[in-house]
Amino acid sequence: MLATESPVNYLNVNTSVASWLFTKDHKRIAILYMVVVTIAFILGAIFAAGIRLELATPEGDLVSSDTYNKLFTMHGVAMVFFVLIPVVPAILGNFVLPLMLGAKDVAFPKLNLLSWYVFVIGFTFTIAAMVTGGVDTGWTFYPPYSTDGSNSNVVLAGLGVFITGFSSILTGLNFMVTIHRMRAPGLTWFRLPLFVWALYSTSLVMVLGTPVVAITVAMIAVERAFGLGFFDPRLGGDPVLFQHLFWFYSHPAVYIMILPPMGMISEVIACFSRKNVFGYSFVAFSSLAIAIFGFLVWAHHLFVAGISPYSAMVFSFLTYAVAVPSAVKTFNWTATLYRGAIWLKAPMIWVFGFLGLFLIGGLTGLFTAALGIDIHIHDTYFVVAHFHYIMVGGAIMGYFAGLHYYWPKITGRMYSDGAAKAAAMLVFAGFNMTFFPQFILGYLGMPRRYHMYPPEFAALNILSSAGATVLGLGYLLPMMYFTYSLFKGAKAGPNPWRATGLEWQTQSPPLPHNFAVQPVVTEGAYEYSKREIKVA
Amino acid sequence: MPDAAAIHAGDDGHGHEHVHHPAHQHHFQTMEQQAEASTLGMWVFLITEVMFFGGLLMAYLIYRVWYPEAWSEGSQELNIILGGFNTVVLIGSSLTMALAVRAAQTGWRKGTIVFLILTMMLGLTFLVVKVFEYKEKFETGHVPGPNFHFEGPFGPQAEIFFSLYFALTGLHALHMIIGFGILSVILWMAWRNKFSPQWYTPVELSGLYWHFVDIVWIFLFPLLYLVDRAHNVV
Repeated sequence: MLATESPVNYLNVNTSVASWLFTKDHKRIAILYMVVVTIAFILGAIFAAGIRLELATPEGDLVSSDTYNKLFTMHGVAMVFFVLIPVVPAILGNFVLPLMLGAKDVAFPKLNLLSWYVFVIGFTFTIAAMVTGGVDTGWTFYPPYSTDGSNSNVVLAGLGVFITGFSSILTGLNFMVTIHRMRAPGLTWFRLPLFVWALYSTSLVMVLGTPVVAITVAMIAVERAFGLGFFDPRLGGDPVLFQHLFWFYSHPAVYIMILPPMGMISEVIACFSRKNVFGYSFVAFSSLAIAIFGFLVWAHHLFVAGISPYSAMVFSFLTYAVAVPSAVKTFNWTATLYRGAIWLKAPMIWVFGFLGLFLIGGLTGLFTAALGIDIHIHDTYFVVAHFHYIMVGGAIMGYFAGLHYYWPKITGRMYSDGAAKAAAMLVFAGFNMTFFPQFILGYLGMPRRYHMYPPEFAALNILSSAGATVLGLGYLLPMMYFTYSLFKGAKAGPNPWRATGLEWQTQSPPLPHNFAVQPVVTEGAYEYSKREIKVA
Repeated sequence: MPDAAAIHAGDDGHGHEHVHHPAHQHHFQTMEQQAEASTLGMWVFLITEVMFFGGLLMAYLIYRVWYPEAWSEGSQELNIILGGFNTVVLIGSSLTMALAVRAAQTGWRKGTIVFLILTMMLGLTFLVVKVFEYKEKFETGHVPGPNFHFEGPFGPQAEIFFSLYFALTGLHALHMIIGFGILSVILWMAWRNKFSPQWYTPVELSGLYWHFVDIVWIFLFPLLYLVDRAHNVV
């Protein structure tokens, strides 16, 4: 614990705009990411609102089918590339990784800032594509439609995705080197917090997968712009090859989105159960296993694309295999709760939301992995509901769990616990109301990506649209009480949760260089049993 | 307790009393840690580069297996003399690059400068030859697009071959241009006498990059120029 607090912290050391735009401090870069990602999230949510408004009635009466195509494409592009992929690693990862390692910064601070600028440039290109007419190919950019049929801004949006990819690659590289080389004395691999293991596994996927999608999207762009032929069936090219290359990254990208929130869940669950994470090394290695298996399952997106039934069988089997490490995590979190001294503060409520939604998302993933069932539910709302349960229910809930956990560390102030609990429950209820009906719709055969539907689907669609309103309100709440907390929140002190971990041993907000003295680590990450349990 | 004056806003503030190397960045404990981190970072970066080219090579592999005749005929349209010459040039540049790294390591400033200039000249030679090759393709109508023209029954598939030819060699040439830029900076640093046997990491790492770009060409040359050529000579 700190004997004295320095009046200087990373926020007030220099408050000029230039000091933010040219900062090399990982904590400030995390805040910069938070600003851009929040803008992208609001943008994506507006597109989603358009989709749900259109689907509130069976007739396609609000927008034209072309506009609807653009709405769901831009919702996907904004949410996948500019929210889900960076949200936990670039914001929470950037902020806490060096603190968790007892380091002054990431290994390459300038590269870290460059990553943010690259991200902003990519985002600007994408915004430009949106305001100058939009994109209508779906976020997956499938040819030949993207190369030949579409009249929309595919090249500009593709360029945005291509550029943003490099931000992701550089962040992954930076984190890998940081974890290898910047650990404090005594911080061995098996004393690392599980969030660090999750970030390491994520970085592995970023470094190995992202270049492939970058080159693939670039191939689409040059095929469209200069007439080179890679996927053109008229020349003998194969559009399915694009799907293979695209999903070789974009399936592992799902694990870029979910692994860091999973790591966050491990941190929060240990703290608010006042226990060591059950089976630490299993949880740690399950992150690596998910990252590795994640690279071997991409063709389950192609079951109806005409791939050989034998390779489909292999990919189906491997997809089941990737469920094993995910289940290991879920079981171990549950076992961590068992006989723990559960402390029901707001971050823990978000964790429970995560567990419930991730469970449903994971189990319905097994339906889509089964060859026979997938043929029935492919391209229906069942799939839409499944991946929203993983990505929004899992990744975004995990982000909010982490944000509520680290908010006192980031800002030095507390927020209203009651309001945060209400928001968590509202999001959980609204989310289920929005997406559970979509499982039924999909099972009944409603295909995705249509702006009208037969009247018999109306009741469930209205329910879903109503749920989206509740969900939207749930997301507005944190913006309000966090803003309030920034100005009026009570002082948090260095360790409001009485948590283990080096990040809690420095003051809140931390010093510009994190620690007054170099920390030395002598025990594992979650030695809560050695601490006094004070639950208030 | 740290007072405000001892806290640096950036990592390159120099407020310490003890003497340290000017290239030492403050967030690293030691120079060794810094060098190890940089080297590891470079290797990880090169792995991402392998994956980057890997996407295109995967497309190459699939189509080559599907359309061997088009590949054979397309590859015979490439200029093996110029391609071979460029291969020798690039291997030569790898040698001079390695010598530049060695010179930096032993603190021989003049040697570093001379070998860096030689490396850059050889890189430039490669690019100039490449421009002539591309020009030839424009003249013979072998550039994919609306004006693509290829005799024989395998015209459409040959367009895929040439698309991959331009994508792979173009991406490689782009890496050469970036490498040229990097070496210019290193040359300027060497001129300013920034390197010493204690610290020459930038020379070493740009050397790694340069060798990587060379190795990519060592794969591209046989894959594009030599594929199935012997079969047709006989």
